[in-house]
Amino acid sequence: MADFITAWKIPVGKWGRSFFNFLTDNFEFVFDAIADSLKFFLDSMIDGLLWLPPLVLVLAIALIGWRIQKSWRLALGIVLGLVFIINQGLWKETVETLVLVISAAFMSMLIGVPIGIWLAHRPRLYTYVQPILDLMQTMPTFVYLIPVLILFGLGLAPGLLVTIIFASPAPIRLTYLGITSVPKPMVEAGLAFGASKQQLLRKVELPAALPTIMAGLTQCIMLSLSMVVIAALIGANGLGKPVVRALNTVNIPLGLEAGIAIVILAIILDRICRVRIGATS
Amino acid sequence: MSIDAARGSVRIENVSIIFGDNTVESLALADAGKSRTEIQEVTGDVLGVHDCSVDINEGEILVLMGLSGSGKSTLLRAVNRLNPISRGKLTVHCGEETFDVGACDDRQLKQLRMDTVSMVFQQFGLLPWRSVADNVGFGLEIAGIAKSERDVRVTAQLALVGLSDWADRMVAELSGGMQQRVGLARAFATGAPILLMDEPFSALDPLIRSRLQDELLELQSRLGKTIIFVSHDLDEAMKLGNRIAIMEGGRIIQCGTPREIVNSPVNKYVADFVANMNPIAMLTARDVMAAGKPDGTRGQSPLSASVTPDTPLSDVMDALARRDGTIGVIDKGVVTGSITADDIIRGLTRHRR
Repeated sequence: MADFITAWKIPVGKWGRSFFNFLTDNFEFVFDAIADSLKFFLDSMIDGLLWLPPLVLVLAIALIGWRIQKSWRLALGIVLGLVFIINQGLWKETVETLVLVISAAFMSMLIGVPIGIWLAHRPRLYTYVQPILDLMQTMPTFVYLIPVLILFGLGLAPGLLVTIIFASPAPIRLTYLGITSVPKPMVEAGLAFGASKQQLLRKVELPAALPTIMAGLTQCIMLSLSMVVIAALIGANGLGKPVVRALNTVNIPLGLEAGIAIVILAIILDRICRVRIGATS
Repeated sequence: MSIDAARGSVRIENVSIIFGDNTVESLALADAGKSRTEIQEVTGDVLGVHDCSVDINEGEILVLMGLSGSGKSTLLRAVNRLNPISRGKLTVHCGEETFDVGACDDRQLKQLRMDTVSMVFQQFGLLPWRSVADNVGFGLEIAGIAKSERDVRVTAQLALVGLSDWADRMVAELSGGMQQRVGLARAFATGAPILLMDEPFSALDPLIRSRLQDELLELQSRLGKTIIFVSHDLDEAMKLGNRIAIMEGGRIIQCGTPREIVNSPVNKYVADFVANMNPIAMLTARDVMAAGKPDGTRGQSPLSASVTPDTPLSDVMDALARRDGTIGVIDKGVVTGSITADDIIRGLTRHRR
């Protein structure tokens, strides 16, 4: 019986390979162009930020935190945390990771929010899209590292793409949730006063869903950070690099230092982006 | 505050509303007199409203009244087509313009909603991230009216509902009664002559509810809007309505003035409503008096006070409480009847048949 089932293996893997062969054979120039422009974009941002004296950048980030959350304690925490990272000699890696995470989160939002809005007005379609989102988040990341590696080569650009694939379901889901759970009386009020679909979206649905969408941004940043080490496996520079190196050489001190730096970065980003519940509703 | 030049009226003719995909089949069943449950079992559709006809005249308050699920809100929402009209005709007249609501295209529908029909909601439907003033100006903003003119009109509306000092507050800081005043001001601000009110006071405390009812009547006496008001409370309906349409199971079963409804309910459903109401607000001296001159055989003492036939019963009771005796009802200089405490008790309980 078992032989009968295994006798003819469905060539799922081979099909996938043929598909990627087809892509590389015919569209290599497209992928190269994408990889090159992303790399140029990321590199110039990293170079620009590294050109600044580290303390200036630290103060700038603290200032941003203070502006958004109006909290001196947060600003102080940011300064202490980042100075500790400088002290550990991980500043360059931290800036690289910061750029990767922020770019990935930004692009995920850029892709995810419009898709979420679009799906929110098509609930039936959403039931079909949901499995795709599940797949993007649960498919082991290593599996799609391979084709991404083939199509885009090594470095930051493929790291960014993998991170986007992994992180963008969060803003899609949360934007969908935010817009579909706008209280009915609000939507009706908008319609009853003659709002067009555009006006309803801009003046009622988006403002009402904003706290949820912002929660999507925070999630997006956290998911991006969790991809840092995996992106390092395909050559993306950043805090993942020392972690991978420490793993390969069984170097406990290096691993600990880089790990703590990642945690500090995560806490800082989370606190800056956290939506104060009650401030908007 | 000037009365808006444009006046409006609404004509509802044989309107049916079905929620679902088998409209034709469901309508046929509804026409055969099937109930909502029976229709849902056969076609899976929900019968919202079946074959309702009622006219709402200029400057009139019509109350749609019934238990929850009777279709009153569903019918109300057909007037600005928040609900679809499956069959029948619903026309809105405003000045020179006439809208066939069921057949409006998007542009006409927007027009209708922007400046002909406005709406007040049970749960207020305010936007909590906006200030009170910005909520009141919402409809004007949608209509694309310039900020400077919007400000003028918003200020006037806030004064009208007594919220001038609250303009810059957030709506969440306001009590329920004040929030609904914002809802009222928002509806008035567009200058629409027709106002749809979907149980606007049901979510409020009894005391606040009663006060807002009085305010609405006071505003109405100045503004003369055409109002369709949904309520599940017969006392409220009696107090506000020039006419009342009582609905059950998606159908209008009786429509008439409060007095007609109380005096001749068409069936047990209406009679049950009437039996549970408080008739004081509606009755006048004429309803309780014993006709003819006061006479000694009824044991009547000399008149202690006199009233006209249209004096509200509550005033008659006050007069009687101040001074015991018999009250004379005088119409155009002639004594036409008399009222004793017994007459009042009879009058108050007569509707419980």
